[in-house]
Amino acid sequence: MTIQMQFHAETMRNIMLNLIRTMTRTLTVSLLLTAGAAGAAMTIEIVGAGANQIPVAIVPFRAEEGLAQKLTPVVAADLTRSGLFRMVDPGGMNPVPYEPEQLNYGQWQARGAEAVVIGSVSKAADGRYDIRFRVMDAVKQTQIAGFVYFATEGQLRLTAHKIADVIYEKLTGDAGVFATRITYVVKRGRNYELHVADADGYGAQSVLSSNEPIISPAWSPDGTRLAYVSFEQKKPVVYVQSLVTGARQAIAAFRGSNSAPAWSPDGKRLAVTLTRDGGSQLFLINADGSGAPQRLTQSSAIDTEANFSPDGQSILFTSDRGGGPQIYRIATSGGAAQRVTFEGSYNVSPRHSPDGKSFTFIQRNGGRFNVAVQDFATRQVQVLTDGGIDESPSFAPNGKIILYATEVRGRGILAAVSSDGRIKQRFTADVGDAREPAWSPVVNK
Amino acid sequence: MKRLILAVALSAMLAACGSSPTKEQEGAAVEDRSGATASSQQQKPQTQGQNQNAGPTSKPLESSSMSGNPLKDPSNILSKRSVYFELDSNVVKEEFKPVVAAHARYLQQNRGVKMTVQGNADERGSREYNLALGQRRADAVKQAMMLLGAQSDQIETVSFGEEKPKATGHDEASWYENRRADLAYPND
Repeated sequence: MTIQMQFHAETMRNIMLNLIRTMTRTLTVSLLLTAGAAGAAMTIEIVGAGANQIPVAIVPFRAEEGLAQKLTPVVAADLTRSGLFRMVDPGGMNPVPYEPEQLNYGQWQARGAEAVVIGSVSKAADGRYDIRFRVMDAVKQTQIAGFVYFATEGQLRLTAHKIADVIYEKLTGDAGVFATRITYVVKRGRNYELHVADADGYGAQSVLSSNEPIISPAWSPDGTRLAYVSFEQKKPVVYVQSLVTGARQAIAAFRGSNSAPAWSPDGKRLAVTLTRDGGSQLFLINADGSGAPQRLTQSSAIDTEANFSPDGQSILFTSDRGGGPQIYRIATSGGAAQRVTFEGSYNVSPRHSPDGKSFTFIQRNGGRFNVAVQDFATRQVQVLTDGGIDESPSFAPNGKIILYATEVRGRGILAAVSSDGRIKQRFTADVGDAREPAWSPVVNK
Repeated sequence: MKRLILAVALSAMLAACGSSPTKEQEGAAVEDRSGATASSQQQKPQTQGQNQNAGPTSKPLESSSMSGNPLKDPSNILSKRSVYFELDSNVVKEEFKPVVAAHARYLQQNRGVKMTVQGNADERGSREYNLALGQRRADAVKQAMMLLGAQSDQIETVSFGEEKPKATGHDEASWYENRRADLAYPND
């Protein structure tokens, strides 16, 4: 396991009169990770930064030197990659603080730190590691948070992500998503692999390999299963695969094409697009493959790309019933569909935000395909990217980041943009084209 | 120009048909690396008829290897298998009507034969929406064939969307190649 980190922090442009936006900061963090099973390394590059980066000092934990996986570098990389934090140099303190009473707050304030993270590692009686850490307010000189984790060696990275989640939540007010995972498809030559990796791109594992295309992976709400479309039967068929046992089942393999799986929030049903009755129409099926499909839409047009609202009451989908493709909403119980997008002639691939108040989608403008977000209440549309060939957007479970697929110099890569459009990240696999990403739900494991 | 492309594609296709099992014909081996290999084996797609058709491998284009099968005889219109479409269109153009008619007639004369129309789309835009666009093209070809005497249950329409491009360029010429429906028979 090798981890190399490079920081190039530079390119500050001062525009004198606008103090809030004085600094445009370009920060490049390359995480070159040699991953396990898939042998894939993922490089993450960040472009842009939050309006206010919170200055944090992460002091190396006592006794973490001896760990197979040091914790604080992972925590610092997570926070830096979010674009919302600036790492304050923790070096050269004497003594190195591990406990609150060892903190010299004046020195930390002089370095500009608003928060200082300290901690220690020891061996618990049962052989696991006892990892305790505190987030201290350097200005108020009080404790913001303090937690103890017990972790095996194999859980050290996950523990570091959970620590980063705590820091992120306490200092930004939003839930962290560092301890989550992503899935995506890698195409290498004529081979397709479905990968699952940590949210920082580390530890990518191939859960399915095929010499026919794989598209549209979707996480079950509990994060234990993936639904996806595979062409291994020389036509699109929807499968559900357990990430726990690896068992997989074709749950929609009807005459014609079967595609676009979307989970209901209770994990019991999927909306899929079937052509068995002619045309591409939405159907509801049971996630265990039992029973007959229940037809949801009744149109002579294309109805596809269903996505359940977080409360399970309604479904967004793409339809060209009005001519070009637009996004519509229909009650899960059926009935008439309402059109929800009106700007532009091509709006596709809707995905709800976790709070259900907005949705992300792809909008075509003058031949360019970009990620956009529309607010349900105001119908206001914000275009977040300018890549021009962006696809398959989905929200992180905290609603703050949208993961999508794009291309750079003809090569498929994953990218992410903050929901305010300020921070952009690029995930580049070391070989092949990455596409069709989806962010996992938050899972307690 | 289009004819030239067709001719080249055709000969490539025929070469694949006549040779002994190539990588193309091996079917989609799916390897499940997550533990339950037994279940993935079970789902392994079937390979269709590759053992019955092993003609001479060294000279696959010789007519002797095609004899008796009109679908593979390059002088027979039934060996033409592709219908191309304009942008955002599923209208079967005049120039492809003879091909569609010939296959409809073949199905009418061979009621036991079942085949698949595989729709395709160019790469621009949503993969799932493109899958639906490809399906619509396949359905349009099936409709035309049914009007000319084929039975509905002889033809399954499926879509590959933008996933299996014939041309990999990012220009109109390539996109035209990929807005296509292919007529596929079980022993192809």
